[in-house]
Amino acid sequence: MPRVVDNVQIGPMTWKMRVEVPRLVAKAKAGQFVIIRVNESGERVPMSIAGLNKDEGLLTIIYQVVGKTSALMTTVEGGGEISDCVGPLGVASHVENWGTACVVGGGIGIAPVYPIAQAYKEAGNKVISIIGARSKENLFYEKEHGEVADELHVCTDDGSYGHAGFVSDVLDKLLKDGAPIKMVMAIGPVPMMRVVTRVTKEYEVPTWVSLNPLMVDGTGMCGGCRVTVGGETKFACVDGPDFDGHAVDFDILTKRLNAYKEQERRAMKKFLDDPHCRLAESVRQFTYPGTK
Amino acid sequence: MVQKIEKKERMKIQRAQMPEQAPEERVRNFNEVPHGLTEEQALSEAQRCLECKKAPCIDGCPVEVDIPAFINLILEKDYAAAARKIKETNSLPAVCGRVCPQEEQCEIKCVLAKKFKPVAIGHLERFVADYERENDLVQIPAVAPPTGKKVAIVGSGPAGLTVAGDLVKLGHEITIFEALHKPGGVLVYGIPEFRLPKNIVQAECDAMRDTGVTFENSTIVGKMDTIDELFEQGYDAVFIGTGAGLPNFMGIEGEQLIGIYSANEYLTRSNLMRAFDEEGYDTPIIRGTNVAVLGGGNTAMDAVRTSKRLGADHSYIVYRRSEAEMPARAEEIHHAMDEGIEFHMLTTPIKFIGDEEGRVKQMECLKMELGPPDDSGRRRPVPIEGSNFIMDVDLVVVAIGNSSNPLIQSTTPGLETNRWGNITVNPETMQTSRPGVYAGGDIVTGGATVILAAGAGKKAARAIHQYLTNGAKPE
Repeated sequence: MPRVVDNVQIGPMTWKMRVEVPRLVAKAKAGQFVIIRVNESGERVPMSIAGLNKDEGLLTIIYQVVGKTSALMTTVEGGGEISDCVGPLGVASHVENWGTACVVGGGIGIAPVYPIAQAYKEAGNKVISIIGARSKENLFYEKEHGEVADELHVCTDDGSYGHAGFVSDVLDKLLKDGAPIKMVMAIGPVPMMRVVTRVTKEYEVPTWVSLNPLMVDGTGMCGGCRVTVGGETKFACVDGPDFDGHAVDFDILTKRLNAYKEQERRAMKKFLDDPHCRLAESVRQFTYPGTK
Repeated sequence: MVQKIEKKERMKIQRAQMPEQAPEERVRNFNEVPHGLTEEQALSEAQRCLECKKAPCIDGCPVEVDIPAFINLILEKDYAAAARKIKETNSLPAVCGRVCPQEEQCEIKCVLAKKFKPVAIGHLERFVADYERENDLVQIPAVAPPTGKKVAIVGSGPAGLTVAGDLVKLGHEITIFEALHKPGGVLVYGIPEFRLPKNIVQAECDAMRDTGVTFENSTIVGKMDTIDELFEQGYDAVFIGTGAGLPNFMGIEGEQLIGIYSANEYLTRSNLMRAFDEEGYDTPIIRGTNVAVLGGGNTAMDAVRTSKRLGADHSYIVYRRSEAEMPARAEEIHHAMDEGIEFHMLTTPIKFIGDEEGRVKQMECLKMELGPPDDSGRRRPVPIEGSNFIMDVDLVVVAIGNSSNPLIQSTTPGLETNRWGNITVNPETMQTSRPGVYAGGDIVTGGATVILAAGAGKKAARAIHQYLTNGAKPE
C-alpha cells in the first residue's frame, strides 16, 4: 500500500499530501491525474497531480475538504498508508513553445497549474501565472508559482491580499493591455473556468481547461466521466482531462457534478457526527455552501 | 463408491433441480440465488452419466475438461479428487460452474439431451468445486521446476487467470498486472454477487497466489510500463487480456443526463465498489424507482436484477428485438422474469428527457417490428412510424455492449488490430503480430463469455509455453 510521507493543513479547508509512489512518479507528466482510495471501504476519487518529485518518487496532492472522502483523507497521518494510488491517468498537457503562455489557477486549481507552469517554462515559454483564492488564508503556492513564473499575479475575491477580484478580471486586463499571450491553461472551479474561457474567447486566445468530473475506474471502462465537447461525447479519463475550453459544455458538466449531492450530504453528516473521528476543528465546522 | 446401475435405469433418473432462493425473498438481498446441489442430488445426478466412450461433452467444452472422469470421481465420493480432475484443464471450476452457458456447450452435446434432459454438468462442476473449497481441501498444485522464464499477464479476468494458472504449473514465473484494486476483472466488477459471490473469486485468486503467481493490482500497463518496457525489464512473453473496454452509448439526445449509466459503471459501483451496502461502503449509486435497462444480453439481465435488489418498484428490460433474439442465457431471462422484471420487447428509446436539475425523468420510445434478417442473421428491427410513447424512468442503464479500449494498442508499436480496434491474433496460438506477445478474451473477440475467454487463455498458455521452451524467442 502506498506510504503517505506527510499530510499537512495549508489552509482552512486545504491539505497537502505527499505519497511515495516511485514507479508512478517516474512516468507521470504535468496535467495527468491519479485515482486514490483511502481505505478498504473507500470510494475511488480522481486527484490532480500538484507536484512530482522524481528523485524521491514523491507525488504531491493538494485537496480541499468537500465531503466525506476528502475529510477522511485529512485523518491519514504522515508515515501512514492509503489503500491505493493508481496512475498516471489521462493524457499529459500539451506543451510547446508558444512564446508567452499563461496559467490561471483558481482556488484548489492553483495546485495542478503549478506543474504545468513548470512544463511551459521548461519548453522555453515566458510564463505568466495568475492565481486567486477566496481570501488570503485560502491562498497557497504563491512562492512556488513565483519561482517559476516570469510574471505572477495574485488576487483574492475579498481583496484581503493582492489584487481584489477574480483571476478572470486580471486576465481580461492583461489581454486588454496587449499582453502577447498565445495560450492559456485554466484550472479551478467550473464557474471560474467558464468565465476565463469567455474572456479568452473575446481575444481569440486558445484555452485549455482541465476537467475533473466524477469517475470510477479512470481507464475508460465506466463512462461516468463523459463530458460534452464541441457537441461530442468525450471521456475525461482517457480523452482528457484537458479540453478546448471554448468547446466544453459547462452546463452539463456542472449538473453532472451534482449527481450524488444527497448521498454526499448524508455520508458527510454521518461522518461528522461520529465523535471518534480525529478531525481538525475547521473540518468539524464544515458546511455545504448555501446551508448553515 | 456408489453402486453403478444399468444404463437403461440411469436414463430414468430425473435431472437434478438446483435449489434456489425464492424470488420474493431474493429480490431483497444480494445473496447468491442458487444454493448448489446437495450431496444426495449430486450423487443421483452423477449416476445419470452414460460414460460415453467418445464423450462428446468434452468437445463442447472450450477448456476440454474430462467430464466423464470427474463425474466418475463423484460416484466414488471423492469430490476433492473430482475438483482436481477439473482443475487439470480449468483453473476456475467454481466460477465456470456458475457462469458458463453449459446449455450451449458441454450439455448440448450430452447424448442424453437427444431424448431426455442432459446431465447437469455445470451443477456438478459447481458442487465439487464448492465442496473442495468449503472443506479446506484445496491443494497447491504440483509445480514444475523453475524454467527461469518470466511472463507478464495484463488483466486479471478469466483469460489472464487461466493463462496464469496453466503457466505457473509449468514452472514459469508469472506476474499479473491489474488496473483495478482487486483482481478478477469482469468476475469482480461485472458479474453481481447474487450470481457469483466475490469471496469465490478471491479464493481462486488466493489459490493462484499460493501457487506462486504474483498479483500487481492498481497497475495500468500502457500508463505505468508499456509492453516494450516489460520486455526490457526481463519478461520473456506477455499475454494481453484486458477485456472489453469502452462502453457503447445510444448516441441519442439527453444521454448526458444524471441517472443514465453505462452497465459497466452501474455494475462496477454495485459489485466492485459494493455501493449496494450504503452503510458499509462510501461509493454512492443512484437507486431508482422506475429503472430501464437497455439491451438483451447477460449484462442487461445482471443490471436489471441488480436494480430490483436496490429497491426499484419497476425494473424494465427495453430491447429492440423480440425475446427469441435476446442474446442472454435462457436461465438468466427466466431468473429475471421470476423476479418480476418487466420486459418491453421491440422497443427502442430515441430521446431522454430530464428535469431542471438535469436528472432523467422520462424516455421517449418507438415500437419496432422485425424485418428481414441482417448481417448477424437475426431479423432486423424496423421502427413503426408514429408509435412514439413516453416511459417514466428515473434511472437508465445502457447495456448495449463495449468497444475495445485502445490503451495497450496505442502504446505498443507493431501490434495489429482489426477495424473495431480488437487485437488480431493467430486463432490457433493466440499470438499477436508481435513475437512473444499473445492476447485473448474480449480484447480479441469483443464482448463474449467467461469460458470463451478462459478457452482463449488455455490456447495462449500452450503456445507461450512452447515459445518459451523451444527457444523460439528472437534475440
